[in-house]
Amino acid sequence: MKKSALIPLGIFAVLVVFLAIGLGLKPREVPSPFIGKPVPEFTLPKLMAEGENISPQALKGQVWMLNVFASWCVSCRAEHDVLTRFINREKVPVLGLNYKDEPEDAKAWLAALGNPYEHIAVDYEGQVGIDLGVYGVPETFVIDKKGIIRHKSTGPVFDETVQNDLLPLILKLREEQG
Amino acid sequence: MIKRLIITLMASLFFIGSAATYSDEAERVTFKNEQSKSDYTVLVNELRCLVCQNQTIADSDADLAKDLRAKVFTMVEAGQSRSDVIDYMTTRYGDFVLYRPAFKMKTLLLWLGPIVFLFLAIFFVIRWVRKQSVITPPPTLNEAQRASVRDLLNKTD
Repeated sequence: MKKSALIPLGIFAVLVVFLAIGLGLKPREVPSPFIGKPVPEFTLPKLMAEGENISPQALKGQVWMLNVFASWCVSCRAEHDVLTRFINREKVPVLGLNYKDEPEDAKAWLAALGNPYEHIAVDYEGQVGIDLGVYGVPETFVIDKKGIIRHKSTGPVFDETVQNDLLPLILKLREEQG
Repeated sequence: MIKRLIITLMASLFFIGSAATYSDEAERVTFKNEQSKSDYTVLVNELRCLVCQNQTIADSDADLAKDLRAKVFTMVEAGQSRSDVIDYMTTRYGDFVLYRPAFKMKTLLLWLGPIVFLFLAIFFVIRWVRKQSVITPPPTLNEAQRASVRDLLNKTD
């Protein structure tokens, strides 16, 4: 057989490799431009305390997470149990950002499912959501002692996400100097 | 001047294409001047909706797209330039938010890839054509064949 007859087969093989890589990519996971940047400043009303405000300053100096959630968001319900167990076990302070939600709905939702959040900020207009580049609720940010965003996961947190990404990162960040 | 005209023309073409999806909003929105309106139109047709990914924020009916349209509107009405709005969006959503990505190191392959492939293809075609002409040399006749051809030609006369 002539050597050149193998060329189409070679091209096909290369194509298969590229298509296989393409199938493995996750186009929904847009790389966040915030990794390595300070968490944007904001001041929002607290959900649970009338007339009080909360800002990321309240958590400065510790390793914390910011979780964007809403009562209308089905995936938030899906991740809630996993997240709650993780938060309680590792004692991670979490600021919940209640995104474009009715405060009454959010309160009922938390009353039914449990409230793992240390603070909850009400982002009724979704303006802080835009400042954080939120596009798919739920989203979870990990922030270090200096207030720098070190990780962001879009979509629900699963046990695998906790084991592979969140837990190792949080343990590592706790070792770092504040 | 001409460039601006072309951009406006292109923008209005896009606008016609997607008018159905946000004409209701365009009717509600009143712009302070033409500049603001054209900036808005160009921008909402150049920014990607991250929820639906294959739509611009002009085309999309997602909540986030509505919010981002409103943001673009307030920014252009406040007199901010197109690049201000683009900067605002890319610092929050990354280059992915742009349908027309910036020309830089990271996007070099994206922009130049097709041209590189075109030249590669031309190069291979030229090589192949040249090789073909070497493999099949032009037919030559020996003396006996030439004689018989001459005979045949003469015969008809």
